[in-house]
Amino acid sequence: MATLTSALDPQSFSYISSLVRRKSAIILEGEKAYLVESRLTPMVRELGLLNISDLVTELQKPGSQGLNQRVVEAMTTNETSFFRDIHPFNALRDKILPGLIQRRSKEKAITIWSNACSSGQEPYTIAMILAEHFPMLKNWKVRLVSSDLSNRILDKARLGCFNQTEINRGLPMNFLLKYFTKDGSKWTIDQGIRNMIEFRELNLVEPFPALLPKMDIVFLRNVLIYFSPESKTEILNKVRAVMHKDSYLFLGGSETTMNLNVGFEREQIGSAVCYRPVA
Amino acid sequence: MQALVIDDDPAILLMITSILNGLGYQVTTAVDGHQGWQRLTESSPPDVIFVDWNMPVMNGLEFVKSVRSKPQYNNLPIIMVTTELEISQLALTMDAGVSEYIMKPFAPIMIIEKLQMVGVLT
Repeated sequence: MATLTSALDPQSFSYISSLVRRKSAIILEGEKAYLVESRLTPMVRELGLLNISDLVTELQKPGSQGLNQRVVEAMTTNETSFFRDIHPFNALRDKILPGLIQRRSKEKAITIWSNACSSGQEPYTIAMILAEHFPMLKNWKVRLVSSDLSNRILDKARLGCFNQTEINRGLPMNFLLKYFTKDGSKWTIDQGIRNMIEFRELNLVEPFPALLPKMDIVFLRNVLIYFSPESKTEILNKVRAVMHKDSYLFLGGSETTMNLNVGFEREQIGSAVCYRPVA
Repeated sequence: MQALVIDDDPAILLMITSILNGLGYQVTTAVDGHQGWQRLTESSPPDVIFVDWNMPVMNGLEFVKSVRSKPQYNNLPIIMVTTELEISQLALTMDAGVSEYIMKPFAPIMIIEKLQMVGVLT
């Protein structure tokens, strides 16, 4: 078996960051070299190569589109966990959903979008909150759309199967007991919860699918930090165009729409910060 | 802030204590449920308790039942430290009054998350 040689050379880093930027508009600046190493070394090992420079050589060969896509997906997959940063979910449960249920009582429809959902913990969290606290919505048309750039990670999300570390992060005990079944060393979320979610591939920098519904709640957390200000503006404008006037946008804890002219105003709900489209 | 950590595994006891010390907690420790009960009742209630499931003399479940039998400890957050094998008994611990669980092995960040989940850390 080949012995891995050392770290990432500048030319390989430059190639990888250009590839990722071209395919996803995500920016990998110099200080992210460690991330490139950590995310791609397993792939190098799996392919029996010596180093990332060899991987870059493979990426330039004819017929390597699949490998290129794998590299982009490896670099863009987000860390996630159940009930991550809990406050938006408390806001959802305590204020947002009760308010929407009142305002949508005629059409009896609510649509929620979890962007860059990765392995699914965020949409599954939302689904469990709906099941646990809003059983009356069973007779409503509730769509929980969940998207990610990576079809590979979406396949994992669709299975709803999690290891001990993933379960240990953020999942309250009563939810574990109620909505999961242990299967060997893994835990699988109930089929009923899985059925609540539409998983679909979506690249934020490409045109959104024409049939994307108008949204009442959008989660776009810890994704925009990787984009240039121009790309952020473009993405937020596109997201805003598919949001109802009285809808809600959640970003990551350290993210904001401030300094971007994208037509949102900040609103505090309990300990959560969200953004509402400006009329 | 005060915490009580009860575990017969010295490594786990040290790990949780170190993390809690780093968060500003003063930590009292015990090596079994009986000693834990003594530590609890001989001073003012801590802000949180971490208790192992599987211990000699008095196990975690028995400890929790004793704690919840006293009204003054009704709202005291208790986090059960458990292994994957014991997780099937989680329903018992929930009925007994455990607030949350944490599965071994765990990373330090998970302690912080569990403290947030039981409302002792914002």
